Amino acid sequence: MAAPARTASDAPALRASGLSRRFGARVALRDVGFAVSPGELVAVIGPNGAGKTTLLSILAGIQSPDAGAVERPSGGVGWVPQQPALYSKLSVAENLRLFARLERVADPEAAVERMLAQADLADRARDEVGRLSGGNRQRVNIAIGLLADPAVLLLDEPSTALDPRQRERLWDFVGGLTGRGTGIVYSTHIVQEAERYADRVLVLADGELIFTGTPRELEAESGASGVDFEAAFVRFLHERGH
Amino acid sequence: MRWLLLKDLQILRRSPLLVGLLVVYPVAIAVLIGVALSRSPEKPKVAFVNQVPPAASTFKLGGQEIDASKYAERLFESVEPVRVGTREQAIEKVRDGEALGALIVPPDITEKLGTGLQSAEVEVIYNNEDPVKGRYVEQIINSRLADANAALADKLREIAVQDIHLLLDGGELSLFGRTYDILGLRRTERILQDALRTLPADSPERERLRQVERFASLAVANLNLATDVVGTVSQPVRVKRTPLQGKRTPLDSFAVAIAVTVSLMFVTVLLASGMLALEREEHAFSRLVRGLVSRMGLLAEKVGLAALCAWVVALAMTCGIGLFVSLDWSRFGLWLVALAFAAAGFGALGVAIGGLAREVRAASLLAFLLSLPIAFLALVPSGAVSGGVYDVVRVVSALFPFKPALDAMDSALNDTGQSLLGPLAHLTALTAAFMVVARLALRRFG
Ligand SMILES: Nc1ncnc2c1ncn2[C@@H]1O[C@H](COP(=O)(O)OP(=O)(O)O)[C@@H](O)[C@H]1O
Ligand SMILES: [Mg+2]
Repeated sequence: MAAPARTASDAPALRASGLSRRFGARVALRDVGFAVSPGELVAVIGPNGAGKTTLLSILAGIQSPDAGAVERPSGGVGWVPQQPALYSKLSVAENLRLFARLERVADPEAAVERMLAQADLADRARDEVGRLSGGNRQRVNIAIGLLADPAVLLLDEPSTALDPRQRERLWDFVGGLTGRGTGIVYSTHIVQEAERYADRVLVLADGELIFTGTPRELEAESGASGVDFEAAFVRFLHERGH
Repeated sequence: MRWLLLKDLQILRRSPLLVGLLVVYPVAIAVLIGVALSRSPEKPKVAFVNQVPPAASTFKLGGQEIDASKYAERLFESVEPVRVGTREQAIEKVRDGEALGALIVPPDITEKLGTGLQSAEVEVIYNNEDPVKGRYVEQIINSRLADANAALADKLREIAVQDIHLLLDGGELSLFGRTYDILGLRRTERILQDALRTLPADSPERERLRQVERFASLAVANLNLATDVVGTVSQPVRVKRTPLQGKRTPLDSFAVAIAVTVSLMFVTVLLASGMLALEREEHAFSRLVRGLVSRMGLLAEKVGLAALCAWVVALAMTCGIGLFVSLDWSRFGLWLVALAFAAAGFGALGVAIGGLAREVRAASLLAFLLSLPIAFLALVPSGAVSGGVYDVVRVVSALFPFKPALDAMDSALNDTGQSLLGPLAHLTALTAAFMVVARLALRRFG
């Protein structure tokens, strides 16, 4: 089943408004709102504990917000948790097939074939997931999130555990998805990654959305030269009291 | 080194479940083993009916007066007698569980003991609640009775020895209110020798010969008594056992029920808890419950999987045992039903453990630590511990599936005369309860 080409339009694929979430006295998310267009690549950056995972889980429907609402596309959203959620004793194809069936995909076998090709894992189809490298495992993890061909894919720190070469391949793969109209939201704490691979950057600090804009705009706002994005980002957070 | 130690202590302090288990487990096991070894922290109560009229409590044997009540006391050395007037009252006490058993001494006991020939018989009544308990009562009664028998036998043997001495060396014997001077074989021999040496033809010796003749006849009579006494001394008192209504499962078949239930428990609990914890360990849980399966559906799947596997294993095991132990194969349908309900109960317990432990290893450990004492507790017979403790044991056993599963298996395997429906209803309720516990545990699972 080929994905129908989605054209960028004004209608957002996903919209969140006024999201808040607290754990006891700790506020993990405070009044966060934004929208994602089809084919758009959105990076959520922020230091550890900023609330990135909480935000993505709420968008994915795993957690409910204490306040606010999420409008999801009719086809649902794909979810790729930070830790590969795979059965290590099953092969790549078996994992894909299992989740395709659980997702009630119309033609599970076709979906498996499609994802094996798309994730460039056809030659590893029969290998146990437990024996794969971290990069390959992460691609299986993402492929499972894509099985139901969602309009929006959410990835929580997809590259954190990968080496630079694996990271390169990952972003090639993800870039191909946006080209086909899938809206993507991913979190990262690696600032250069957001700079290179994002149409738009959301900066989250202590649960607050303190910036929304392109990487260039963030650079301009933080007053950094293009060379040292990381230092500029730290200064940017510092200036805002984080 | 010091810092490592400090770090580990800190980790332990932050693992209250683990530390709690480490503390509670040995204490619980020690208490259980202590109870098992001492068997009874206080003397078990035994209802006692003495039907012997007070005047007839002694009997005579070999010219000696023996007080039967002195020997009856032996029976009470390690039990606490609850004296009641009639056999009916005694049965009542046993039925109510006030007494572990009842001992009934019939009116004719001294008469029979007095013959030195017949064994006397006492009656023991017990509530055959389960074969383990039945075995326990029997052990107590048997050991007490063996003591009393040994004491009586000693006395009888003493009498026999005296009789034999009398035969050899002579002495005084009182019989029927008269005292006879008994010559003794040795003296007889001398007299006969003297008589033979000095015997003149006519008869002033006739009186002495008559003495020899009397001795001979008495000696024969006493010798008879002595041998009879020696013949019956091994067991002067025998026991007639009267189990009250209740199950009549022979211990062998009960052992089959225990073996199958224990295996079923371990396979199901370990599998269900481990497979549920694995979902979390593989990080698949959050992905699954995102609309792919409901949390309750996930639990039901784990229970079903574990129960099905264990059901097959336990059924195969039962059939295997059936090749060696005679089982009633016509009850096969009941085996299937009992095993299925028991497996569901253990499966629900398993997912509750898996949900609470959250990691496969912790889940397996918890499953073992919990299952063993529960099985152990369920096998503690009533009356073996004090009433208060037994009530606690009963309540704890009722809160976990082992006891009802064992009852169900026992009813299914053996014609216990008890309905299978009670244990099945109990198992169903526990299955539902542990599913709820597991569902609550899943709240902090993701
Ligand atoms: N289940 C939870 N219980 C309590 N606190 C939580 C829970 N999940 C997250 N938090 C807290 O919420 C804040 C945001 O966490 P998270 O969204 O995981 O941050 P990030 O993914 O950006 O590192 C942190 O302070 C974290 O400690
Ligand atoms: Mg996170």
